[in-house]
Amino acid sequence: MLEIKNLKKSFDGRQILNGVDLTVEDGQILCIVGPSGAGKTTLLRCITGLEAADSGEFLIDGQPFDPKGMEASDAVMGVVFQDFNLFPHLSVLENITLAPQLVLKEAKAAAEQRGLDLLDQLGLEDKGGLYPYQLSGGQKQRVAIARALAMKPKILCYDEPTSALDPQLRDEVATLLLKLKAQGMTQLVVTHDMDFAEKIADKLLKVTALDQKG
Amino acid sequence: MSINYISEILPSLLNGTKLTLSLFFWTLIGSLPLGILVSIGLTSKFKPLQWILNFYVWLMRGTPLLLQLIFVFYGLPIIGVVFQRYEAALFAFILNYAAYFAEIFRGGFQSINYGQYEGARVLRLSYFQTLRKIIIPQVVKIVIPSIGNEVINLVKDSSLVYVIGLGDLLRAGNVATSRDVTLVPLLMVGVIYLILVGICTYLLKKVEQRYAYYK
Repeated sequence: MLEIKNLKKSFDGRQILNGVDLTVEDGQILCIVGPSGAGKTTLLRCITGLEAADSGEFLIDGQPFDPKGMEASDAVMGVVFQDFNLFPHLSVLENITLAPQLVLKEAKAAAEQRGLDLLDQLGLEDKGGLYPYQLSGGQKQRVAIARALAMKPKILCYDEPTSALDPQLRDEVATLLLKLKAQGMTQLVVTHDMDFAEKIADKLLKVTALDQKG
Repeated sequence: MSINYISEILPSLLNGTKLTLSLFFWTLIGSLPLGILVSIGLTSKFKPLQWILNFYVWLMRGTPLLLQLIFVFYGLPIIGVVFQRYEAALFAFILNYAAYFAEIFRGGFQSINYGQYEGARVLRLSYFQTLRKIIIPQVVKIVIPSIGNEVINLVKDSSLVYVIGLGDLLRAGNVATSRDVTLVPLLMVGVIYLILVGICTYLLKKVEQRYAYYK
């Protein structure tokens, strides 16, 4: 279970997040929704340690953790970026197995076996040898998911998972996230797409734009 | 122009070519890694380091290489730093080319999308691992054409070492030309440079092809 209490963040004196609380139960999907500019992505970036929060408490299974200092801890967060940020010079399988080998010190053969299993699970069994530029948007997203899962995260976070894809792929993404949920994955999804959020979420968190000057 | 004459002076030209090539290789081996390091320093957030490196690049690009050679060989001994001729040439060439390479690499680093760093970060790669496995391989692909230009320049720039009395290819040709009063040696020098640059061009194409597997 992930708990965040009283998270605050401002940029240049402009308050973006003012005391956000949220809880994600194990195996559930929390959707963070709201109009663009409301600070959804900033919230996600604070939780995943890409941005330093000004203040706030972060707890995972009741234990405090520092999102900025996750190099030292067990894998906590996996992140699937809006435009995926795959590594273009590495094959699909190398994208997935690089971090497990370098960071978790897994043996190459073990990492590759797990990578192939993940690809299999995500319907990409014949794509391991391809490079990102050879994939469609939906396939890139699934590679990004596999890459994040390979690090055995406790929570998988998505930034706008539907916005870089064709509209007709939206339902496919929803099915995929629900499938991962059925496997017990805890997921946190930032989206501006209400219909999509209602389809997948166990809980919704609405973020509204604060416009007061700090 | 007789075949006899050509075969007579060819050994001395090839001897000069040896020096040209050795200067070429060692300059590349020294200045490419140094250029990468300097380019990383140029983008560092530590301002004093940035100032120093910017000054260095300005100095190296702002004065003729010929002048730098003279200063290293004849000037530095005044403050007690003495180099042999060949080492002086190598020192000046490495410092000079590293400055150009650093600017090329800096451009390469800046063209990498910041998302690549964040992608590596959430996978918990260290900064060093990110550079080595993610960033530098992509930078290399981007900079190969510009580096290639400098590499080809270097083949010919090496002829500047005559100024500190080193016997390279061009100097060997010059010596033969003034001794025998004929342009044939210089014509041969031109042909040898063309062959060297031809080989460089071919190798650079091969390297480019090696990186063509992704877009």
